[in-house]
Amino acid sequence: MRAGNDPDLPACGNKGWRHGLRRGGQPWRPGLRSLNDLEPGESAKIAHVCCRGRLGERLLEMGLTPGTEVEVIRHAPLGGPIEVRVRGYLLLLRRCEAENILVESESAV
Amino acid sequence: MSLNPQCELKTTNPHKKTPRELLIALAGNPNSGKTTFFNQLTGARQHVGNWPGVTVERKEGVVHSGGTRFRIVDLPGIYSMSAYSQEEMIARDFLISGGVDVVVNVVDAANLERNLYLTMQLLELGLPVVIALNMIDEVEKRGQRIDTAKMSRLLCVPVVPTQARAGIGLEQVLSEVVEVAEKSADRKPHATRYHPTIEAEISKLEKTLHIAGDCPLPSRWLIVKSLEGDEDALNRLKRWVEDGDAAQEAIGSTRRHLEAHLGENLETVVADSRYGFIEGLLREVIRYTKAPEALTTTDRIDAIVLHPFLGVPIFLALVLLTFELTFGLGGVLSGVIEHQVSILAEHLKTVMPNTPLQSLLVEGVIPGVGGVIVFLPNICIMFAAISLLESSGYMARAAFLMDRLMHSMGLHGKSFIPMLMGFGCNVPAIMATRTLESFEDRLLTILVLPLMSCSARLPIYILFTGIFFRHSAALVIFSLYVIGVLLAVLSGKLLRRAFFAQTFSAFVMELPPYRLPTLKGTALDVWERAWIFLSKAGTVILAASVVVWALGSLPWGVPFGSERSLAGMLGKLLAPLVAPLGLDWRAAVALLFGVAAKEIVVSTLGILYSASPKAQGSPNIASAVSQSFTPLTAYAFMAVSLIYIPCAATIAAIKRETNSWKWAAFASCYTICLAYAVGLLIYQLGRVVGLG
Repeated sequence: MRAGNDPDLPACGNKGWRHGLRRGGQPWRPGLRSLNDLEPGESAKIAHVCCRGRLGERLLEMGLTPGTEVEVIRHAPLGGPIEVRVRGYLLLLRRCEAENILVESESAV
Repeated sequence: MSLNPQCELKTTNPHKKTPRELLIALAGNPNSGKTTFFNQLTGARQHVGNWPGVTVERKEGVVHSGGTRFRIVDLPGIYSMSAYSQEEMIARDFLISGGVDVVVNVVDAANLERNLYLTMQLLELGLPVVIALNMIDEVEKRGQRIDTAKMSRLLCVPVVPTQARAGIGLEQVLSEVVEVAEKSADRKPHATRYHPTIEAEISKLEKTLHIAGDCPLPSRWLIVKSLEGDEDALNRLKRWVEDGDAAQEAIGSTRRHLEAHLGENLETVVADSRYGFIEGLLREVIRYTKAPEALTTTDRIDAIVLHPFLGVPIFLALVLLTFELTFGLGGVLSGVIEHQVSILAEHLKTVMPNTPLQSLLVEGVIPGVGGVIVFLPNICIMFAAISLLESSGYMARAAFLMDRLMHSMGLHGKSFIPMLMGFGCNVPAIMATRTLESFEDRLLTILVLPLMSCSARLPIYILFTGIFFRHSAALVIFSLYVIGVLLAVLSGKLLRRAFFAQTFSAFVMELPPYRLPTLKGTALDVWERAWIFLSKAGTVILAASVVVWALGSLPWGVPFGSERSLAGMLGKLLAPLVAPLGLDWRAAVALLFGVAAKEIVVSTLGILYSASPKAQGSPNIASAVSQSFTPLTAYAFMAVSLIYIPCAATIAAIKRETNSWKWAAFASCYTICLAYAVGLLIYQLGRVVGLG
């Protein structure tokens, strides 16, 4: 098993990509938002998954690859996880994990 | 015996010598119906154990069909063949160990796109695969048709439509397995085509690295995995080349070059290629016979069950119902067993002569083991309920609703139900942590669970509050439960920091569609847990009760548990240690015996504090206790009883579920220290403010 102390792994609650944008380290485009910013019922296309290591790979394996359409179904109460539909199935993510997934609205593509 | 008449696989005469055996690995995503598939194939003829050195459950079963003996190993449900989680490593190690004849990949036909991601990786490994396209009926109901012949042609592997829960298609899977096993020599491994630049680099590396010809793994797989940054694959690669360090260097520089060229990290590109292939495949094989419905049944149920305001109340109502069934209905049945046990003890007392053997049975074994067996109805009912919640798909919804709360304690959404069950009895609660996928989350939940005040501790509270806190009994008992929960929260945070600060704990979880649980699956679940529980009662608990009995009655002839018994002497020895908590040697002995089962604390106090040692249960315990304790020491004693060392049954459950005595010992030591600290704090603070 690989060591867990991956420096690229963002800590929960760390708005990694927002800092990244400021440092110019991420592939920034206008209209880019975090998956967290979508309201229930909204859908968008994944632009970039801003974390590597175990979490990043897990997200990719679950089908969150760039260009994939995601629809936010609902938010759990009190800042709990979010539910999204991706590749025809339902997936749950914590907010801090969704924070690292950059999406762009369909119209912007 | 197979419970399903449609699944007549055991046709061979068991006396006839089977000409050959095939080792089948069952691989698939969680929720793909893999377990149902396995249960239908093997019925009750399964062997449940653990994978060596880890706590992941290993199930194996045997099926005879058409003169072949199939040994079927159920791999853990995984989404991918990466090397991040324990489950994935187990599956991967088992698959590349070389012993597997054929892999049966159970694929959820209703969720093909994501399920085929694992299939792609199995194919890349060059393994002989048969795809079982499971739950094909759901797809057809949805108005889709899958062209299995075309799919089989495009993937170069047999694809068999199945409905595992009805037993349809299983026999055909087995006959395809035989066929694949026969012609496995001339099988050409399927390969995902990557970006041309990557392909060029792969073939360049294949030429320059000189991977040994006898390497059992496909060189392409080793290279792609190593490029993806998979250290396990890289280490394997290094073993099969002449110069390992040069190979590592070459892989590293190729990776950097490709990432710079493609402007994206390689894991993304590789995952994207696999999904790209799958998307193309699905466009070829899926035909729509009618327009998809806007709202599925699952959507409709979720609209209510996960409603922003109704969701949590519905969840709590379901939990309450489970609780009520487990400890209400279960309690009635337990009462029946308890009665039978006491009749047995009485009977033995009258028919057997008064010998050490009689004493051992009547005072040691029967109360010890009997006191645990009475939990059997609770265990069976609770596991039936949990099995139903889990297999219907509700458990994932519960985790969704509860994750916010549990995450703040350093735990996982799925920890909530075991924690709550802990208020009933810690033993089934610890066994219920298996619903948690990751080892770290499971271990943390197990370690904090004993702090949930179980029902066996209630008699202690009732005894003491009845004597010292007559007017505020409910409040005092409630405060003890709160102390337990607060300590669990603190411990969860502390232990997460201490042990798993660096490890990954994500909540990336599939929300499976609702499905009707099968009777067979639930029955097997309940039977499995009940068996684990009974076998434990027959071993660890038996041993613990014999030890307690021996301590209490040796040297032979002294009154049970008196000052002159071994236990009494031990109590005297421990007395200076518990003195700072305001407790005397009798309390120490009671706590010591309480390790066997916490209810024993009360009966031991009864024996030790009554004027006559035989007057157990007589009203003068109260006066005796009230002379030796003050309200303050009584409260300290209750708090210590709550926290200190889990009972023998719980320790055994911790050992069973973590597969290590180390964690069981840690849990015991940790809770002793915590209990001592809390007891000391209560007593000394209380004295300072003048309550003593």
